[in-house]
Amino acid sequence: MSKEYETVIGLEVHVELATKTKIFCGCSTAFGGAPNTHSCPVCSGMPGSLPVLNKQVVEYAMAVGLAANCEINRNCKFDRKNYFYPDNPQNYQISQLYEPICRNGWIEIEKKDGEKKKIRIHEIHMEEDAGKLVHDTWSDTSYVDFNRSGVPLIEIVSEPDMRDADEVIAYLEQLRMIAQYIGASDCKLQEGSMRADVNLSVREKGSESLGTRTETKNLSSFRAISHMIDGERARQIDLLESGQPVVQETRHWNEDKETSYAMRSKENAQDYRYFPDPDLPPVHISDEWLQRVKDSLPELQPQKRQRYIDAYGLPAYDASILTGSKRLADLFEETVALGANPKKVSNWLMVETLRLVKEKSMDPQDIRFSAKHLADLIQMAEDGTVNNQVAKDVFEKIFTDDIDPVQYVKENGLASVNDAGALEEAVRKALQNNPNVVQQYKEGKTKVIGFLVGQVMKEMKGKANPAKVNELIGKLIQEY
Amino acid sequence: MAEKITDETIDYVSILAKLKPSPEEKIQARKDMQQMLDYIDKLNDLDTSGVEPMSHLFPLNNVFREDTVTNGDDRENMLRNAPEEKDGQYVVPITIE
Repeated sequence: MSKEYETVIGLEVHVELATKTKIFCGCSTAFGGAPNTHSCPVCSGMPGSLPVLNKQVVEYAMAVGLAANCEINRNCKFDRKNYFYPDNPQNYQISQLYEPICRNGWIEIEKKDGEKKKIRIHEIHMEEDAGKLVHDTWSDTSYVDFNRSGVPLIEIVSEPDMRDADEVIAYLEQLRMIAQYIGASDCKLQEGSMRADVNLSVREKGSESLGTRTETKNLSSFRAISHMIDGERARQIDLLESGQPVVQETRHWNEDKETSYAMRSKENAQDYRYFPDPDLPPVHISDEWLQRVKDSLPELQPQKRQRYIDAYGLPAYDASILTGSKRLADLFEETVALGANPKKVSNWLMVETLRLVKEKSMDPQDIRFSAKHLADLIQMAEDGTVNNQVAKDVFEKIFTDDIDPVQYVKENGLASVNDAGALEEAVRKALQNNPNVVQQYKEGKTKVIGFLVGQVMKEMKGKANPAKVNELIGKLIQEY
Repeated sequence: MAEKITDETIDYVSILAKLKPSPEEKIQARKDMQQMLDYIDKLNDLDTSGVEPMSHLFPLNNVFREDTVTNGDDRENMLRNAPEEKDGQYVVPITIE
């Protein structure tokens, strides 16, 4: 390759808001209901039905906009985006084109090398989600479920400020943290509550003008986004190197095959003929309202991270991991508030909790156990009620079933045996049964003590304090 | 008045509207749409510089609902409007190939 290329990436991110009801009607947004049990004339597009805006949607959109340093449009409006598709029963989607609620923001990302970079946000607008289609190729029919139709979304449109997959993922993580901290969304890519469309073009390094871009959809994990960016960059460079033009088109990513294909252009269908929705009066945002939302913004991740470093003395890396998920940060603070040592709590969350999260391919947001049970376990490990190995085993039960560790240890007889008589008996038994090992020890191979400790632990069914066993063997071994 | 609505316009709008008008209907549609545009053109006789574009008729704003579930499961009634129904879902011609 003779020339050097630069990738230019902008993102359109859809975030599903965590409201109880849909954006324009009083239907539930609960996930997993039987088809069409959360639908009404409004979200099924019946003629004559009247959409009425959910106030909470405006507040969440404003809060996310403020957290992303946007200007709030004090007079915003809704528009109709017209297209035909059975998942869109009105034949238009209610969205915002001319007067979106937020404009001209930015968020700061931290790259892998620690360098900070601002990614500008062009706008954030409110809109409704579409219904769900299930296709049956046997009978040549599609089934339509409107439970999702009308679920509120915000679309966050960035400027083309990103240059590689790492920046894109850092940007998405920042957005996700903002939405999670505000409580506006759980932002799960896998479940579709956060969806990213990637606009990508390449240009010769040093060039100021933008190349022709493609838009890629159907990206449901950070891994897929990463693969797609590398693949699309290579595809466009190949085209340019062989003298062919990049065609502006929408592409569909197939993560299984790690490849994308151009979606059929739907006969000029990109003409959406937007116009103001006459059913929805404009939204005026007063100074008081704006101030109230500003005042209600919670501590966001960058501040929380700094506070963990300053107030708890946690290393920067640990503070980043703990605050990377709102759920993890909440658990940390609740457990510390119950009197547990912050560094110990941090250790349990960073090591054991995240190991189990990874093992079970979970989202940290779905961690279920209570701070009280973790605090109790830490206390029991500290005062020697249970040894470290037992504590880890008990923690797994807390993680999966949120059991009460005090009761669990009692019921299953897991408490460490601190009874000196029982310990001495077990140690003497181990020494008696292994004269060869004792001999080796006396000849200077002190490492064999590990074997003897193991024998005692086995005899005590794992419930002895290893440090005490060690000490006792050292003391008694000369007698054999 | 300029000829703004061409045969190509009619073909294009037909695609957007998912309609397949007959040749006679196309002629009629072209005439009707031209007339509508001519009528709207009258507005150009007025000087509208400095007039805010109006998107809504009534001086109304901030009409909201609280975020409370008010609708229950009304699937049976909703599906009475379906062209065809199966397992609680609307049945339509397949949309993928």
